[in-house]
Amino acid sequence: MPALYTKPSPPTDDRRWKIVETRMRRMGDRPAALIEALHAAQEAFGYLDEGALHFVGDTLGVPHSRVYGVATFYSFFTLKPQGEHTCVVCTGTACYINGSKEILAGLERDLGVKPKQTTADGKVSLLTARCLGACSLAPAAIIDGDVKGKVSAGDLVAQLEAM
Amino acid sequence: MSEQPVAARPMRRRVITEDVHEGPVRAHAYVCEAASCMSAQAHDIMLRIGESAADAGLTDVVVKRVGCLGLCAAGPLVEIPETGQLFERLTPDDAATVVAALKAVRPTDERQPQGPFFEKQLRVATENMGRIDPESLEDYVERGGYEALRKVLADMTSSEVRDEITRSGLRGRGGAGFPTGLKWTTVAKAEGKQKYVICNADEGDPGAFMDRSVLESDPYRILEGMAIAAFAVHATEGYIYCRAEYPLAVARLRTAIRNAQRAGFLGAGIAETSFHFDVQIRLGAGAFVCGEETALIASVEGKRGTPRPRPPYPAVEGLFDCPTLINNVETFANVPTIVRKGAQWYADIGVGKSKGTKVFALAGRIVNTGLVEVPMGMTLREIVYDIGGGIIDGRPFKAVQTGGPSGGCIPAEHLDTPVSYESLIELGSFMGSGGMIVMDDTSCMVDVAKYFMDFCRDESCGKCVPCRVGTTQLWMLLDLITRGRATMADLAQLERLAGIVRRMSLCGLGQGAPNPIFSTLRYFRDEYLAHIVDRVCPAGVCTLEQPVEVMA
Repeated sequence: MPALYTKPSPPTDDRRWKIVETRMRRMGDRPAALIEALHAAQEAFGYLDEGALHFVGDTLGVPHSRVYGVATFYSFFTLKPQGEHTCVVCTGTACYINGSKEILAGLERDLGVKPKQTTADGKVSLLTARCLGACSLAPAAIIDGDVKGKVSAGDLVAQLEAM
Repeated sequence: MSEQPVAARPMRRRVITEDVHEGPVRAHAYVCEAASCMSAQAHDIMLRIGESAADAGLTDVVVKRVGCLGLCAAGPLVEIPETGQLFERLTPDDAATVVAALKAVRPTDERQPQGPFFEKQLRVATENMGRIDPESLEDYVERGGYEALRKVLADMTSSEVRDEITRSGLRGRGGAGFPTGLKWTTVAKAEGKQKYVICNADEGDPGAFMDRSVLESDPYRILEGMAIAAFAVHATEGYIYCRAEYPLAVARLRTAIRNAQRAGFLGAGIAETSFHFDVQIRLGAGAFVCGEETALIASVEGKRGTPRPRPPYPAVEGLFDCPTLINNVETFANVPTIVRKGAQWYADIGVGKSKGTKVFALAGRIVNTGLVEVPMGMTLREIVYDIGGGIIDGRPFKAVQTGGPSGGCIPAEHLDTPVSYESLIELGSFMGSGGMIVMDDTSCMVDVAKYFMDFCRDESCGKCVPCRVGTTQLWMLLDLITRGRATMADLAQLERLAGIVRRMSLCGLGQGAPNPIFSTLRYFRDEYLAHIVDRVCPAGVCTLEQPVEVMA
């Protein structure tokens, strides 16, 4: 007797899984939906934990190894929870020659974390981006989704502390 | 959300949108709402101008958002198109100034020239930028939008469309400059029932933001260009592969797709014909290598974005193993205008084998950072000095970097070179997607080469050894040089290894990765020698270890 297929159920009963399920269903629950599904899960939960990776893989019929491979290949995906606030420093060429290296060094010193790390109190995650495409604002950074232009390390730290 | 259409706010309807405006309009205020100005409160400025105009009792003016006005350095920008007045670096409190100017506009006023930044440009791909509300299909149609698609569907065969594009001389604007007509013909002739059209909007080159501005300012143009291409190559499905880092561009594309579907410009039976074509968006996820076409296809298929050897080319075996046409955003943006104005018109612009115009993103140590479109064949000096306004603080020009991490640095002695695909390659650089980063004497060229190598070693997908290992080794050698620990033997090793990586890598990322080294060695070898022999960084960027005096 052929094994009956049962649709995998979400790891928790969090309602946000509905969003992820819908996004996958719209693309026919096919393996090609993998990246879109990971985007949906990360948008909903802020990061991708093991449960999310397994659920997405099982729904789309993609082996867990490949899900993990894709999730770690693309730098946009993160497997760690983010801090309350995120600060993304652009390290594109225009920002680089306008001093983004010093800005990053200043933030690392003042926040006490390296890029891709979160401060011990869970307040701020420091990230870098290859290029935000905001070259006319160089050096640029993004705090919680808001692009800030012509920034300095001092400004950024002050803004983060005020939050 | 700031993306809410202003028309939804009933209090301000009267002065803000054209569709609800009654009676003649005397003056407009165009508020730039592209990413750069948006991040500087452009939306609040628009609302404040609307309120102030209403308070002042103006009933014959329209305040509307438009796409990128181009001069990003001076943002947020507002333009009064009737007079050509441009308001720069506005804050919401400056609304009254704009309203006063709106009040003063007379019907007899003529548009005044706006200075060399604007007057020296020739806009084709960006002709609607800063002229239309990016999300308004009506605005797009009013400026001649969808005329080209209608003409193609009503009066042309698919081979006539391909011939038209071939005769225009249009070449891929993503960097390599492959003839677009030839690519279309290859896809059209490839066997296969299902064919795809993909728009490459994974603008990964650091320092390039042309595609972003086009998508944010004129999204319907891309959809129209893709539809024409689909008709020409017999495709029925399209994908736009866009960077996730461009949320505004993605949002505007989604709106545009929805509106175009409703109006019958996408989907089944386009413009009352039997032609059907639909477009979906796929988000990139921050992998530079996905700009390479075979890697991009893998990514659209939901896989890791690693390239594969070509042939077979995507034109024959692409997405889901079907024939696939991949063009860049700017290439598609040129298509509607070429069809509307004719191949000859386009072919008359430009120089040699590089026809038409090119959009460049000016950035770095230049006064007028922003987006410009110029005819091919304009000299770098005109672009940097006349349009770009020269170097910040009047410092000496050192180099202009084109072509991103696969490109090179062009020094001052070649500033009078006319820009074309061929001339840039002769200079050891590369057209690339069109980022131009200007550097002054505060940049160390060895450090710049190291910066790009750091980028490439980080973005190497790891599939082939020459790129994965080679870029790391090259970076380590450059690091030795910038720390003052290198010998002349290291320099020889650097050159040898750079040649190997260029020749042996699988895709453009690895093949192009050594280019910044080659071009800086060609023009700035003395800086390398200063680091190695004299242990000094002429630009004062690198911290070098000084040799320890050995006691005899």
